[in-house]
Amino acid sequence: MQVTMPNELVWLIFLLPLASFIVISFITRLLGNPKFSGYLSIGAILASTCLAFWALFSVISSPHHELVIPGFKWLFIDGVIDIRLGIIMDSLTAIMLLVVTIVSLMVQIYSQGYMHNDPGYHRYYAFMSLFTASMLGLVLADNLLMMFFFWELVGLCSYLLIGFWFNRPAAANAAKKAFIITRIGDFGFLAAILLLFSQTGTLDIAQLHGLAVAGTLGGAALTWAAIGIFMGAAGKSAQFPLHVWLPDAMEGPTPVSALIHAATMVAAGIFLVARMYPLFEHSPEALLTVSIIGAVTAILSAGIALVMTDIKRVLAYSTISQLGYMMLGLGTGGVAVGIFHLFNHAFFKALLFLGAGSVNHATGTFDMRRMGGLKKIMPWTYATFLIASLSIIGIWPLAGFWSKDEILASALENQPVLFVLALITVFMTAFYMFRVVFLTFGGSYRGEGKPHESSAVMTLPMVVLAVLAIVTGLLNVSGWFGSFMGHGETHGFIEGFFGIFSHPLTWVSLIMAGAGVLLSYAIYSARWLSAERIGKLFSPVYSLLSRKYLLDELYERIIARKIFYEGLFSGLSFIDSHGIDGLVNGAAASINNAGRRARKTHSGQLQLYGIFIILGITLIILAMFIFG
Amino acid sequence: MSLEHYLVLSAVIFCIGLYGALSKRSAVVILMCIELMLNAANIALVAFSRYITPTLLTGQVFSIFSILVAAAEVTIGLAIIIAIYRRHETIDASKINLLKW
Repeated sequence: MQVTMPNELVWLIFLLPLASFIVISFITRLLGNPKFSGYLSIGAILASTCLAFWALFSVISSPHHELVIPGFKWLFIDGVIDIRLGIIMDSLTAIMLLVVTIVSLMVQIYSQGYMHNDPGYHRYYAFMSLFTASMLGLVLADNLLMMFFFWELVGLCSYLLIGFWFNRPAAANAAKKAFIITRIGDFGFLAAILLLFSQTGTLDIAQLHGLAVAGTLGGAALTWAAIGIFMGAAGKSAQFPLHVWLPDAMEGPTPVSALIHAATMVAAGIFLVARMYPLFEHSPEALLTVSIIGAVTAILSAGIALVMTDIKRVLAYSTISQLGYMMLGLGTGGVAVGIFHLFNHAFFKALLFLGAGSVNHATGTFDMRRMGGLKKIMPWTYATFLIASLSIIGIWPLAGFWSKDEILASALENQPVLFVLALITVFMTAFYMFRVVFLTFGGSYRGEGKPHESSAVMTLPMVVLAVLAIVTGLLNVSGWFGSFMGHGETHGFIEGFFGIFSHPLTWVSLIMAGAGVLLSYAIYSARWLSAERIGKLFSPVYSLLSRKYLLDELYERIIARKIFYEGLFSGLSFIDSHGIDGLVNGAAASINNAGRRARKTHSGQLQLYGIFIILGITLIILAMFIFG
Repeated sequence: MSLEHYLVLSAVIFCIGLYGALSKRSAVVILMCIELMLNAANIALVAFSRYITPTLLTGQVFSIFSILVAAAEVTIGLAIIIAIYRRHETIDASKINLLKW
């Protein structure tokens, strides 16, 4: 018996974490016991998760895979603007809700262990709730203005959480960097919103879709709007060249990284492109931009991941690389392809980060050179991390395989050049992921102290996510996910499960991944090859990669310091101090002078004043006689 | 005797008062001149009352108020003048220019 979800409950999905944020901030924080805040936040997100499942099943069983939910009137000026506070509840939203709530739930349970005894415990859970709430709001929003609100809220929350340990300068700087870089992208998004509004007079997403499909909205305006939207998405989803904030965001607590990288912050950009997909679909240039940026991002950041020694940074660059895949998938294949990878990636990447956090909890470091041999000591962490790694590099039949294979297939079909980049990235991904596995868990322990397995409150969410990292890919084995998203047809499960091997592409990608693992094994586990010698052999490449293509230097030294600080801003400063200040100070000085002269007339002679009064009265009377 | 006679008398006294108030040096004389101006106004009030509304006493009552105010004003004015004299040893209006920039 299927009961369709009442409309009010859909709102609750987003309102529950928001309420939890408010209650934690104003009530439980004052009660003192940190446990309350944690349980409250987890309880709220658990309820949201259940509602999200209900919403998903309601959407599946509803005709056209969409629940129609009437909105509220919000901003209304007759004939000019009519913005409603409403919800879109279609297949895309339902899937995203599920991703956000599940990952957030797991991360928050894990945080109970990870953030244990942290003095900012209340604040942590308050921000976590707000972060989740704003992402859920973003996913549910049915118009661009509302979406932009939540978009900015997500940015704000990531700022707050990356800079959670704000007394560490690195964390404070990383938070600022994340905020400022994403702001560059947001500028594009806002410009696109204004452009769309000036062209169409509406911000309602469904209406904009209709106009784009009907061709009313087209040509250059559509292309620029799509590119502006993509710019916003590139900032949030850390696409080249706006990706530089994401690796620095590692300064936040590890569970926050897991949440940012899997479900909330970076997923927002992919989701935005998917949500506005009809606009992209009708602008080949915009779609091509998305594909190219995606593929370039995927391969460039995979290159950096090869040489990083900090486990979280490897994972961060791996996220950027995978986000590039998603963009490539969106650009060449469509919503279902990109979002399917987002869906799978969310679980295994959250798991990888939680694994890294668990390792950090045991060893006290993120530097892989001081780890090793954790396989025996931390069996649960090792097992789950290995599953996630196999999933991310795309080993059959784990989740990552199915979505990555689809992206490769659609890239091959539409953009063969980009396909080659993506294929090389598969090899690189396999190499760096297994480099992490071998360095961290293989060999013998090189660090200090006695590491131990993390507590159950931390391993349990990892096990849940590991199960998801294995099975979520199966959703599209029969093509169900694709058809749910609105394109593709379904076929038999068994046929899809084994039939995938009849395509040569499957073999190619598996062989590439296998080769990457093998090379990694040869260097870091069996030590047939020396990492140092290879590093020396390719030393210019190595130093270019380890310095991240010098992009940070370019941004900070050249653009920020030279162009803006010394060039543009010093010019503006001159105009400000001489032009604008001069105007204001000049006006004040002239009035001052006039006053100095005028006060001479105040002689203190009362009789003189009297004469003037009489003269004035006489003049007024005369004037009345003459003109009145 | 018509209304005009009284009004001319009133105007003449008023002008004498005004001239004195603006030109004399001594503060006491200035005060006296101000009294002249007030009384000129009183004459005009009573004359209007008598000729224009003979049945009503409004103007005459009003002039009694005016006389009352004038008496109060003289009291305070003289007090101020004495205070100024004690401080500056002069009551020459042209030398009392404290309200200056």
